[in-house]
Amino acid sequence: MPQYAVLIYEAVPADELPPDVMAAHGALPDRVAEAGGRIVAGLALREPATATVIRGGLLTDGPFIETKEALAGVFVLAADDLDHALKLAALTPIVAGGVEVRPLLGFEVVAAG
Amino acid sequence: MLATTVRLTRDLDTAEECVQDAYVAALRAWARTGVPPRPGAWLTVAARRNALTALARQRTLRAKLPLLLEPEAVQLPEPAGDVIPDDRLRLVFICCHPALAAEAQVALTLRLVCGVSTADIAHACLVSEPTLAARLTRAKKKITAARIRYVVPGPDDLPARLDAVLTVVHLLSTMGHTAPSGDALTRVDLADRALDLARLLHALLPAEPEVAGLLALLLVHQARRDTRVDAAGQLARLADQDRSAWDHAMITDADRLVVAALRSGSAGRFALQAAIAALHAQAPSYADTDWPQIRLLYDALLRVWPSPVAALNRAVVVAMTDGPAAALAEVEELERDGRLASYRYLPATRADLLRRLGRPAEAADAYRVALALTTNSAERAYLIAQLD
Repeated sequence: MPQYAVLIYEAVPADELPPDVMAAHGALPDRVAEAGGRIVAGLALREPATATVIRGGLLTDGPFIETKEALAGVFVLAADDLDHALKLAALTPIVAGGVEVRPLLGFEVVAAG
Repeated sequence: MLATTVRLTRDLDTAEECVQDAYVAALRAWARTGVPPRPGAWLTVAARRNALTALARQRTLRAKLPLLLEPEAVQLPEPAGDVIPDDRLRLVFICCHPALAAEAQVALTLRLVCGVSTADIAHACLVSEPTLAARLTRAKKKITAARIRYVVPGPDDLPARLDAVLTVVHLLSTMGHTAPSGDALTRVDLADRALDLARLLHALLPAEPEVAGLLALLLVHQARRDTRVDAAGQLARLADQDRSAWDHAMITDADRLVVAALRSGSAGRFALQAAIAALHAQAPSYADTDWPQIRLLYDALLRVWPSPVAALNRAVVVAMTDGPAAALAEVEELERDGRLASYRYLPATRADLLRRLGRPAEAADAYRVALALTTNSAERAYLIAQLD
């Protein structure tokens, strides 16, 4: 199945998310599987204030782009086509923000040496 | 022919090339042998043959470069009980997919469904030809890269997707109805294309009330087209238009569609807008229009489609049922709402109401605000005339 990245943008920091939202995030892989898709991988990012940016050889305090809705997480989704991917991505619990769904060129997990 | 070929190639660019190559081959062959008895069939077969060759080439390429290209997606079977839909319907739905930018949906539909040249589309959309060509390329690339499937949506998705299609067709007709700038008030070709598309959609989806509603709405616009501008090219208001010059047979056709759509029980915003337009069109004069009934229809419209533009149009009707003061109150509330800040008809309406209430200085101010927002010459001429 083709793969898509789902980028989660949230204005509410991860440690302030209500418990029911956290539970919904935990239940997402099963809900996606029930709807005929598959979450292949997921990343939960720490808050933007913890980021460091390297640009043109210079280090600055992050994030790359300062936005109210910050990039909070990314997961890789396998779906039949865009409409299917959009239906699955819409299951993502969001408090204040949204998701971006982008097709992947490739996805590879490099095994630790 | 393009629609049938896309089904084979599943790639719009390749399909277009196959179709073009078929035309080129036809010109060469028919110059020697004469036009065959069924030229359409000859061309379709030629295009499909090109498509199959292209597919075979792609498969060979994939076999040689397995690491670069994804394995081919499993071809899902048609849902059970589905009558094979016309390929043109699939093409319309893919061109009007909500994941594409609205301007891209318009450009793709005009190019691939209506066959309008890139140059003509660019002219209609008021952009340069390279800009429009880039817009088309980007949209086609997104369709392929994100894998938007070439399929008529299933029953769960159909209402929302159909609304997107009807919105594009309606946008085409309003682009034709009032040119944003330039001297002619109507851009006739786009309105004709939109009407053809609406007729096609109604033929392909006869049971959908919103499709019938859109067709009815466009028929009413078409029926009244000749009287929107008077002989001198000046904008003529609905109250002043010569109703005998309207195409009443077309209005009757529209009314039939409206009644059927309303009876279906699932009339949406297009059927309701059509009902309003049909009531206007059937009134013997502006004064004899059934204003209370139109107001009721606007109430119903706003329930399914809370659009500020519809609310403004309803305020114009309120002026007829409840007087200009009541309407002015509603218009001023819309101004506070802010969503119509750059919509020229808002200050224009306010100006007209102020004039009727005997407040000429404020009316003049409002006309000037409207003028600043208006680029169409015929509309500007009308507003300037009101200022005098």
